[in-house]
Amino acid sequence: MPETIAAVSPAGLAPEAEVYTRAFARVAVERTDHEPSRIGTLRKAAIDRFGELGFPNRKLEEWRSTDVRAIATTTFSFEPSAELVSEADCARFRYDNTHELVFVNGAFRSDLSRLQELPDGVIISSLEQGWREHPELIEPHLGRHAKFDNHAFVALNTALHENGVFVFFPRNAVVETPIHILHLGRGGDSPVASFPRNLFVAEENSQGRIIEQFATAGDTDTGGNHFTCPVTEVVLAQNAVVDHYKLQRESTDAFHMATFQIYLGRSSNFSSHSISWGGGLVRNDVNAVLGGEGCEATLNGLYMVGGTQLVDNHMRVDHVAPHCDSHELFKGVLEGHARAVFNGRIFVHKGAQKTDAKQTNRNLLLSPTALVHSNPQLEIFADDVRCTHGSTVGRLDELGIFYLRSRGIGEEAARSLLTYAFCADIVQRIKDKSVRRDLEEFLFRRLPQGDVVRQAV
Amino acid sequence: MSLLEIKNLHVGVKDAKILKGVDLTVNRGEVHAIMGPNGSGKSTLALVLAGRDTYEITEGEILYKGEDLLEVAPEERAREGLFLAFQYPVEIPGVSNVYFLKAALNAIRKHRGQEELDAMDFLTYVREKMALVKMDETLLNRPVNEGFSGGEKKRNEIFHMAVLDPVLAVLDETDSGLDIDALKIVADGVNSLRSEERAFIIITHYQRLLNYIVPDVVHVLLDGKIVRTGGKELALELEEKGYSWLEGEVHEEAVAHA
Ligand SMILES: Nc1ncnc2c1ncn2[C@@H]1O[C@H](COP(=O)(O)OP(=O)(O)O)[C@@H](O)[C@H]1O
Ligand SMILES: [Mg+2]
Repeated sequence: MPETIAAVSPAGLAPEAEVYTRAFARVAVERTDHEPSRIGTLRKAAIDRFGELGFPNRKLEEWRSTDVRAIATTTFSFEPSAELVSEADCARFRYDNTHELVFVNGAFRSDLSRLQELPDGVIISSLEQGWREHPELIEPHLGRHAKFDNHAFVALNTALHENGVFVFFPRNAVVETPIHILHLGRGGDSPVASFPRNLFVAEENSQGRIIEQFATAGDTDTGGNHFTCPVTEVVLAQNAVVDHYKLQRESTDAFHMATFQIYLGRSSNFSSHSISWGGGLVRNDVNAVLGGEGCEATLNGLYMVGGTQLVDNHMRVDHVAPHCDSHELFKGVLEGHARAVFNGRIFVHKGAQKTDAKQTNRNLLLSPTALVHSNPQLEIFADDVRCTHGSTVGRLDELGIFYLRSRGIGEEAARSLLTYAFCADIVQRIKDKSVRRDLEEFLFRRLPQGDVVRQAV
Repeated sequence: MSLLEIKNLHVGVKDAKILKGVDLTVNRGEVHAIMGPNGSGKSTLALVLAGRDTYEITEGEILYKGEDLLEVAPEERAREGLFLAFQYPVEIPGVSNVYFLKAALNAIRKHRGQEELDAMDFLTYVREKMALVKMDETLLNRPVNEGFSGGEKKRNEIFHMAVLDPVLAVLDETDSGLDIDALKIVADGVNSLRSEERAFIIITHYQRLLNYIVPDVVHVLLDGKIVRTGGKELALELEEKGYSWLEGEVHEEAVAHA
């Protein structure tokens, strides 16, 4: 598979990167007694690679619009401050009727988690417990999909990850109760960095739904700074069906650098909706490899940001096998001085005939100072394919606003109504009722005159 | 007091002058027809009445219920009973027709000091109005005007009008492009709403609609001016002789003034 070769930062490690290598020496070693030796070797290779890469700078094509200096120059603690979070902090993020796992600054909190009875053979546990009890199920996958060669944050996660979630759907299992993974960050005087590492494996003909929620304990607006750097690997075997949601609602001071790596086997179906309204500096790398014939990936998203928030969705879809479909629809609403990056790359490999790939990014600017960098890219090495991509950046339709006002709807409400309508096709695609309600309530709260919107939609 | 008084209204966009001194007085209970060829300024007049702020009012005034209308925001005009059926109804993807109407109606009711209708009462009310314009129930749940046929859009405007219960309704070429059955439905809708309390301004290109909605007064708008006002016979005369008949007159007048 051709890869773009990222430039390597100059020899000699920047002082800010050194903190992480020192943390590695101390932290990683303590935490790895339960892991097979391959992972120890991998961790070492990853921290070495991070040492070479350093933090990405804007000269790198993939980081051209996203400046991570604020992360590089912040001194983080690597010790979770788990004891600061209580049931009360979790309550408003809980979803009824789910298997719920709670992490605080990366540390698993079994006291706050609620696992219901599981069907035979289904595993939902912390990664650490997974390694202890089912190493043979993790070993074939972990660290084999998410590559760190060209990605400093994947390298950091691989080297420093302390825990995370292991989900396993055995052959033919249908897991009806959704799995909800709540990652709570807690700000404070010394901000904490956490590196959750997740592995979701869906074996042949299995089905299930996974919801990841990233939030800040305490007040969401003023909850403070923390840095979350998750890497999730998802593997779907033949005919598996997985429905995934990610809700990014961290404090607007928080940093979030996530990589989500999916492998789709033959005739499998993976669908994801990634919703971002929180975080100050947010990057989602989503990479899907359509590796088995006839599989289908749906990667949708919605971001709604304001102030000085930056949200960067970096998508890469690799069509490796023939007869696969991918659909991407990302919509964004920007206010204030917010910035959004959408980089959507579709890579159709030689031999991936009958590929049907569609990618759309639509942005709505509510202020003159908001900015979008939308960059769809198609690279096609097969001849019998259908690929479409498009991106738009627009403002609210003034004639539409006038039409609504001429029927008695106030101006603010009219704007909110049209903004909501812009988001509605993503909202409507969300099958999970809890996530959907959460998103709707957020929009009603966030949009001026939200009560009018509530009764008009 | 007249419901609407337009005095010497001049309206333009950038450098172009569109309305060049329009005078029009409408009383409650009356139906006025405004006729005129394409480009004469009919829609501009309608949109200015509804509060479209892309037009510049360079001279003149509009009084509605005795108050200066030009100072009032579009939504306030609507809440005070002014309604415009658009010549080109706007598609609003993602906003359902019926929920939007509920929000609009409740905004208006609130303004009038009436209680907001709950979902059940609203639905009963809306069904009644739908019967009036023989509108298909499926159009209720579709996004506003999105994917509606031309006729459905026009009928939807009349439906909105019926639901919002205006005092002054301006219909901008609601008849254009309608077949005779649809035209009758629109006319029936308007006629059933005619009352002593309400007034209509029916903008149309053709005389035909006026066979079904019999106007009290007919005006002819030509090149931004009302050049002739008369009874319902004027419409028939226009149908027969065409606008060129009056264009000649305008020209003669202009010459006479020169
Ligand atoms: N927003 C606008 N910008 C520029 N010109 C306009 C605008 N609206 C109307 N006009 C012009 O004003 C004239 C009258 O238009 P309009 O009011 O739509 O006429 P009618 O409805 O009688 O056909 C036309 O020449 C039209 O091109
Ligand atoms: Mg017109």
